[in-house]
Amino acid sequence: MKRVPIARIVVSIFFAGLLMTPIIVRRFSGREASAQTKLDTKAALANHGFYLTEVSHAAGIDFVHQGPTLDPKLASIMPEVASMGASVSIVDFDRDGWPDIYVTNSAEGSKNHLYRNMHDGTFKDVAEELGIADVNQPGTGVSMGAVWGDYDNDGYEDLYLIKWGRPELFHNDHGHGFTRVSEKAGLPPWINANTAVWFDYDGDGLLDLFVGGYYPEDVDLWHLKSTKMMPNSFEYADNGGRKYLFHNLGNGKFEEVSAKVGITSRRWALAASAADLRGTGHQDLFVANDYGVSELYLNDGKRFHEAGERTGVGFAPKSGMNVAFGDIFNKGQYAVYVSNISEDGVLIQGNNLWVPKDVTGGKGIQFDNLARDMGVELGGWSFGAQFGDLNNDGTLDLYLTNGYVSLDRKKSYWYDFTKISGGNSTIIGDAKNWPAMDGRSLSGYQQKHVWLNDGAGKFVDVAQAVGVTDTYDGRAVALADLWNRGVLDVVVANQRGPLLVYKNTVAPDERWVEFQLEGTKSNRSGIGAEVTLFWNGQEQIQQVSGGSGFSAQNDRRLHFGLGKTPRIDKAVIRWPSGKIQTLHDLTPDKLYKIKEAE
Amino acid sequence: MTTSVPPGNGAQWKRVLSLDNRFMPPLFITLILLAGNVSFGILESYQKTLLAIVTSIAAELVLGHIFLHKWPHLASAYITGISVGILLRSPFFWPYALCSLLAITSKYVLRFKGKHLWNPSNFGISAMVFLAAESVATLSIQWGNNLGAMLVIWLLGSVIIWRLRRFHICAVYVISFVALAFLRTWITGDPLLSEISPITGPEYQLFIFFMITDPKTTVRSMKGQCLVAFAVAAVEMLLRLDQSVYAPFYALFIVGPIALLIEMWLNSRHSTVNAAGSFDKGLVHP
Repeated sequence: MKRVPIARIVVSIFFAGLLMTPIIVRRFSGREASAQTKLDTKAALANHGFYLTEVSHAAGIDFVHQGPTLDPKLASIMPEVASMGASVSIVDFDRDGWPDIYVTNSAEGSKNHLYRNMHDGTFKDVAEELGIADVNQPGTGVSMGAVWGDYDNDGYEDLYLIKWGRPELFHNDHGHGFTRVSEKAGLPPWINANTAVWFDYDGDGLLDLFVGGYYPEDVDLWHLKSTKMMPNSFEYADNGGRKYLFHNLGNGKFEEVSAKVGITSRRWALAASAADLRGTGHQDLFVANDYGVSELYLNDGKRFHEAGERTGVGFAPKSGMNVAFGDIFNKGQYAVYVSNISEDGVLIQGNNLWVPKDVTGGKGIQFDNLARDMGVELGGWSFGAQFGDLNNDGTLDLYLTNGYVSLDRKKSYWYDFTKISGGNSTIIGDAKNWPAMDGRSLSGYQQKHVWLNDGAGKFVDVAQAVGVTDTYDGRAVALADLWNRGVLDVVVANQRGPLLVYKNTVAPDERWVEFQLEGTKSNRSGIGAEVTLFWNGQEQIQQVSGGSGFSAQNDRRLHFGLGKTPRIDKAVIRWPSGKIQTLHDLTPDKLYKIKEAE
Repeated sequence: MTTSVPPGNGAQWKRVLSLDNRFMPPLFITLILLAGNVSFGILESYQKTLLAIVTSIAAELVLGHIFLHKWPHLASAYITGISVGILLRSPFFWPYALCSLLAITSKYVLRFKGKHLWNPSNFGISAMVFLAAESVATLSIQWGNNLGAMLVIWLLGSVIIWRLRRFHICAVYVISFVALAFLRTWITGDPLLSEISPITGPEYQLFIFFMITDPKTTVRSMKGQCLVAFAVAAVEMLLRLDQSVYAPFYALFIVGPIALLIEMWLNSRHSTVNAAGSFDKGLVHP
């Protein structure tokens, strides 16, 4: 060593430089400065083409979600195990052409709300009078979410209520009320689910229903027989609830066929959605699981084939909490956004943006995770997210809400969480081994993300700059043109927090077009129908969804932003029946109501 | 019919089958890596792990050549790289390269009396989680939910460490950790199994078999090694009471160099006394 003093000095300086590198990287990544920006509406319009204003109170909505209180044996970790249930779904339940909002509540005895759109900028809760408010009675479990679909093709959207408890199906009586038909439909007595999707998996023109169990169905969370009901692993859990696929028999009854068609998982499903990812005419089913890998069920029209690992989406286990589809490159192809957990210095799973690879040679569809490259990887303890063109510039943006448990701001449960989460199944699987939360937060008070798609392969977070400054424990996000203005508004359901309605103001020169589809041979909701819009030399595909994001459902109307000087070439509709309908002579700034051609 | 065996052939076979001890840990950690990833997908990605290994080896080659004027044995650098690749979790590539560089460079820069003081991967990972908390975390998951997989790794690791005559370090640490878990439970009121839980995960298996047993950064005497292993567990307990997520890494980071410095001080005192004794002897008995 004595022979090389100069080298030693040089290497020492190099070493000091290495130690400084993280600080330099942090400075250049700009993560330190992101919280500083305040809303300036003129600047937001000029720089980003839109801004959002939270108007829930002015719109007559003062809903605050109440969380469940489960068995006292779980008292020490109650904030964590009772951390879901806030949901939002958009539906025009009375077919008046204006989107309404349904939100769930989750305390025993609490009531769900159906906010009827009054066409004047306000909403009025009509759930009680229509019979879908008092659905959280003791002994029946509590609501976790809702998805709407016209299962009997009578033109009115029916309600499937996702519960930790007795699942409920409500028939919509022509917008004048709802009739509970759960037993008649053949639903089981109890499911602990957080996700459900309406879709017509076999193309028979009748909507079927997928329900993904979270806790096992034999667990009554209010009367636990044992505390051994937690996941048996943080990343490989296989002791969750079973899955259900209710095949619509067309007579108001459903037959449970999951095992028959190849869906037998017992992973802990938190989010699911369906889309025709391969252009086969059949909707595939994507399931994001907590405590494990995602599953992708490829649909051949009769059976499902789980291909998560083969396609790349189901290899690395994370904490899946969202499934949203969006044609982010305007290529006529869906990317899939799955949210996970990232907490600085503790756990960095990163969210997934699964983008189809250009595969040749008959290997079938495969995906690459481009979340990091495109800038949508780190979103905190991420929950619901939805794609939508928020500034009408012609590319799909991404709205993500997040935050798990916000209690004491100064005390964190993360240390205790990591203690237990890395442990063996026999330890993690028993709630009595989990340290008490004692009022501490777990990834609480997080800033939301509104990622603008720049159309060139990057998303830029503009949340603070466009007015999204809340830090509630966000769960569900739904997008809808609430006031028929040609812009996408954002509704966010927060756990133990207020329902937020973000009214969107978009620069007036950004144009749009919307489609409202109604099936005839296909299911009348049009769920699964796709519109590919061709304009200004580009194309974008969107589909009518029977549930997406986390515990959410967007408006069934499809909204396309077009940019400043659009010239629409055509819109091609592919109906679930297989029919193709092409529309010409479309003009911007219009809502087109399209019925499937007979 | 018998085949005549030339004299010495058996010894050759024995040599082939009896691997150089230096190869055992690299082989073991490679086995853990492959088994863990093939069965459970524990890695962020092969590319990131490869980046950590290649960076580590390249740094060792360059720095070894500069400072020692010879090509160093690469087993140690390989273990450092692979440990970084498994233990570090980050969505970015740069932390893997940086961590490996920090680890290997620390061996050549942070020296006292010709010895490096920190286990390289312990230094690299501790520095990264401390300085770049927004970009990195450590492995915090388990090997599936199968108790069998965990037992196989513990047994295999124990056999290899026994063969390397360092099993006592692991044993003392594990016993101390479990004993102190009782104490932590008593102090915090948290369930005992939640305190024991971390040691059942893979992070600790790597920590126990590859970090606290590192021959270059542990003291020489067996008694001293046992004492240091206990001290690591004790400091870790204090850090855990302060809710430090990375308590084991920080504990070794603190205790390891202090133990080595104390040993050097004791050795130098011993040498001085011996030298003085010899001088006296020489004087008395020329």
